[in-house]
Amino acid sequence: MIRFANVSKAFGPKRVLAGFTLDIPDGETTVIIGFSGSGKSVALKHIVGLLAPDSGLVEVDGAVVHELDHEELTRLRRKIGYVFQFAALFDSLTVADNIRLGLVRQGLDEATIRSRIRDSLALVDLADAEDRFPAELSGGMRKRVGIARAIALRPRYILYDEPTTGLDPVTSAVIDELMLRARRELGVTGVVVTHDMRSAYTVGDRIAMLYQGRVRQVGPIEAIRHTDDPVVRNFIEGRPMDLERLAALAEER
Amino acid sequence: MPHTLAAPGGLLPRLVTRVGRGAVETGRALADLRTWLPLLLAQMRRLGVDSVPIALFIAAFTGIVLALLSRYIFTGAVPIYFVGALVGKTIMMELGPVLTGLALAGRVGANIAAELGTMRVTEQVDALETLAYNPKSYLVVPRVLAGAVMFPFVTSLAVVTGIAAGWITSINLLELTTLEFVKGLRLFYRFKDIWFGLVKAASFGAAVTLAGAMMGLATKGGAEGVGRSTTRAVVLGCEAILVLDAFWALVLL
Repeated sequence: MIRFANVSKAFGPKRVLAGFTLDIPDGETTVIIGFSGSGKSVALKHIVGLLAPDSGLVEVDGAVVHELDHEELTRLRRKIGYVFQFAALFDSLTVADNIRLGLVRQGLDEATIRSRIRDSLALVDLADAEDRFPAELSGGMRKRVGIARAIALRPRYILYDEPTTGLDPVTSAVIDELMLRARRELGVTGVVVTHDMRSAYTVGDRIAMLYQGRVRQVGPIEAIRHTDDPVVRNFIEGRPMDLERLAALAEER
Repeated sequence: MPHTLAAPGGLLPRLVTRVGRGAVETGRALADLRTWLPLLLAQMRRLGVDSVPIALFIAAFTGIVLALLSRYIFTGAVPIYFVGALVGKTIMMELGPVLTGLALAGRVGANIAAELGTMRVTEQVDALETLAYNPKSYLVVPRVLAGAVMFPFVTSLAVVTGIAAGWITSINLLELTTLEFVKGLRLFYRFKDIWFGLVKAASFGAAVTLAGAMMGLATKGGAEGVGRSTTRAVVLGCEAILVLDAFWALVLL
């Protein structure tokens, strides 16, 4: 289980997270939605220790991430697959070698590595792309390789950072299907950060809206879909915001 | 004032903490042999062997100019075979290592900073961390070691080329015989002339690659940030070469 407890994080004068609290139960896919720049990706990076909170804590399986020593953090990261917003594939390596890198680190033998590469690429329908370089792939294909790299590790958790951003609707649907497939076939717990509501409704079991550094509302898909919270409603329906009204709401809270 | 410096949170404790943390991180990165050792050979070829043409080009013209300059300086006052002494001594001890170092600060330092800077802004460095790699072991150590090993190799070739160019210039344009040139070359020769230049070259190699790697990893922003890091890496590398040059002259001569 992943748990954010009262996490605050600022970059200079800009407060990004301010008392962010959220439990992410095992076996489910939790989607974190919110406006661009609201701190969704920042929250995600705390889970793997890429960022440390200014205050509060993030727990993964009972371990406080920012208190782990180097070895413990390395062990934790082996349990987590991370799919980056723009895939973050290594330009100088082929698709197969991009996937191989994490598997080598796990100390697997060559035969297992070969089969994991094949299986994970087959799962994302890119079986014939092993020898291609990232520069030769489309945006959607790169994201699929990013997912393959994460699932090849057989992680307990997969974190998806804006998996459908910048993709056309059809390719986005393919990515959604891959996320569902990863959960179905590998049983992983997923955390998806997105502002794509169609994707959130498709892949999520629960949705949490991050607003002004903290969770505005969290609940099952249907609860969010029928929310009467004006901020969440505006966001999920894609309506322009009444800024004065929102400022007043923020004051009330 | 000393009380303030030494107080908790003061400059001194912070400096000690930073240096201590840096030493621990460096030790950890160096100890991670299975990460950096397989990458070392490729970096040696890339940073060293591929830099040979530019180093030889510079050395050849330096040798020619030195021979012509020494004739101009020595005319009438000093025996002409001193041309060999001046060309040999200055190229072996100073111009060979320093000019090669400065040329490679541009070529190698900029290359490393741009590559690692791009990896930083496209989240490839974060991706390495999530795959349980230490970016310093994977990206910094093999480059710095390759620089420290290969700069002396490139400098040796540059020294030979520079002296050869000086010799060819002398026998063709200065009415000097080969025997006279060699007589001058051997006149003040000491074995220290060689190892002094090579020690300097090794330290230049480590400094230039370290500057490139550190600036690259510290990159913020997009393309503009990469450009800024690249410029800083070249400037810092050149400054480090000049400071180290003076340092070794003070310590070893």
